[in-house]
Amino acid sequence: MIILQTDRLSIAFGGLWAVDEVSVAIEAGQVFSIIGPNGSGKTTLFNLMSGIYTPDDGSIRLAGEIVTGLAPDQLARRGLSRTFQNPQVFSQMSTLENVMVGRHRHERTGFLADLLHWPSVARQNYVTRDAALAALAHVGLADFYDRPAGSLAYGALKRLEIARALASEPTVLLLDEPAAGCNPVETQEIDGVIRFLVKGGITIVLVEHDMRLVMNISDRIHVLASGRTLTEGTADEVRSNAAVVQTYLGDSQETLRALD
Amino acid sequence: MNVRTLDNRLLPAIVIAAIFVTLPIFFPSAYYFRIGALVFMSALAVVGLNLLMGFAGQVSLGHAGFLGIGAYSVAIGPVHFGLPSWLSLFGGAILSGTIAFLVGRPILRLKGHYLAVATLGFGILVAIVLTNEANWTGGPDGMSVPKLVLFSWQVRKSEVWYWIAGTTLIGGMVLALNLKESPTGRALQAIHDSEIAASVLGIDVTQKKLTIFVTSAVYASVAGSYLALFNGHVTPDSAGFLRSIELVTMVVLGGMGSIVGSLVGAAMLVVLPQVLTIFHEYEQALLGLILMVFMIFLRRGIVPSVAATFVGLRK
Repeated sequence: MIILQTDRLSIAFGGLWAVDEVSVAIEAGQVFSIIGPNGSGKTTLFNLMSGIYTPDDGSIRLAGEIVTGLAPDQLARRGLSRTFQNPQVFSQMSTLENVMVGRHRHERTGFLADLLHWPSVARQNYVTRDAALAALAHVGLADFYDRPAGSLAYGALKRLEIARALASEPTVLLLDEPAAGCNPVETQEIDGVIRFLVKGGITIVLVEHDMRLVMNISDRIHVLASGRTLTEGTADEVRSNAAVVQTYLGDSQETLRALD
Repeated sequence: MNVRTLDNRLLPAIVIAAIFVTLPIFFPSAYYFRIGALVFMSALAVVGLNLLMGFAGQVSLGHAGFLGIGAYSVAIGPVHFGLPSWLSLFGGAILSGTIAFLVGRPILRLKGHYLAVATLGFGILVAIVLTNEANWTGGPDGMSVPKLVLFSWQVRKSEVWYWIAGTTLIGGMVLALNLKESPTGRALQAIHDSEIAASVLGIDVTQKKLTIFVTSAVYASVAGSYLALFNGHVTPDSAGFLRSIELVTMVVLGGMGSIVGSLVGAAMLVVLPQVLTIFHEYEQALLGLILMVFMIFLRRGIVPSVAATFVGLRK
């Protein structure tokens, strides 16, 4: 089943098409990676898919329904969440509270109940906290639950963002460079976390520069160049595509080694 | 784990309540009740503003506008419509909430300085309307406010107002503390730190901001009604720019996001000018100096900074 689909999705900034007629069809339960050189439109495509930008042309479907132009929070309530290249954590809240915010779309108490601390709010707080603790444990941050989120190391912030998204129980999760700025050990941890998410039935859309991670984990890889689709296929197909090697990988010996 | 934070939610309000009931034992004269009542009334508005500023991270430089609407409600209601004061107070609160809802929709989309200027404009607008609609409001000289009558008994004495204002303040604090430890409270704190991250987790940022803006307007309105009933007179100054700045200063001085801090900030700015009168013409200058010194040494506001020091000492 196709869970997330874009049809000739386009957006222009100052007369330049940052994303130009990009069509993807993402199978439920898969890891779908989007790669391309810097400025090829990966993050822009993510911002379109997650409702942060409204496309100038084309459409987006989530689970078959047209969701073009919906706001991020509306998409989140339909099960699409994301993380950011630069971790957007709630730095003044504790690690646990950050993840508790992820439970927001499942919380059922109203404003008046919250104001009066109705018994339902106390129950809700415990349910939310337990779910958040479980999500923290899944990314290996349970021991840090009462630390201010702002005091965590960079790699931990990346995992905290994933835990927070995980707590919202998304059907589709967009990960924007989860391994960027991480050392090899942290990247290995992220790899493990992504595999765990997939096992839980979450569809993963991944933008990532770490080719080893992408090639290892992806079911399908979509290659962008200058905002347009270059090719799409499995890791093997992309690896052996001459156009990809030439335009995207260029002369970076290091990246070429990673492909072998 | 973390059960502590859920169960000791109301501890600050309980401590304040204990101080509130024992303090009058040490009051030598009615003047102290008067100051106490003024502190509690200001603190009520500051708690509300702190929900907006400290929790949700949205500034309002026009909050005295709602203070003014509350104040004039208990003047205009009884004088022009013959309504009881308490009913006018509720009417004022509903009116303030409604106006906050209508004004908040367009302006809460703005951020930072832009929001500050827009709210500033709103406050000025209210003050001008109150000044110009002289048939209703008495113009720049203001109008007198009939005394509050409860159960056919006229509330006059400062002592009674001390108890009324204090009880209301503690009620307002309890609601604010409740909110802090709730789904709404967490959503607001999330908006404070990152709107974009809050929205991708399903939080309707605009709606949440609007809810808390309306709530804080109602707090200010009730505080304004109390002040007017207590003073027996209202002028457009009650909705003026300086009043708005004073409220913001109280929030920041006491501590953003700290409910106890709201009371401390209000107490400082109400009590200090009284104490400093002994310095005559240097009163205002000293007040300014004291504010500067406090902000330099307690940069997160009095309560959060002092609390952090104590936690540091225990480790």
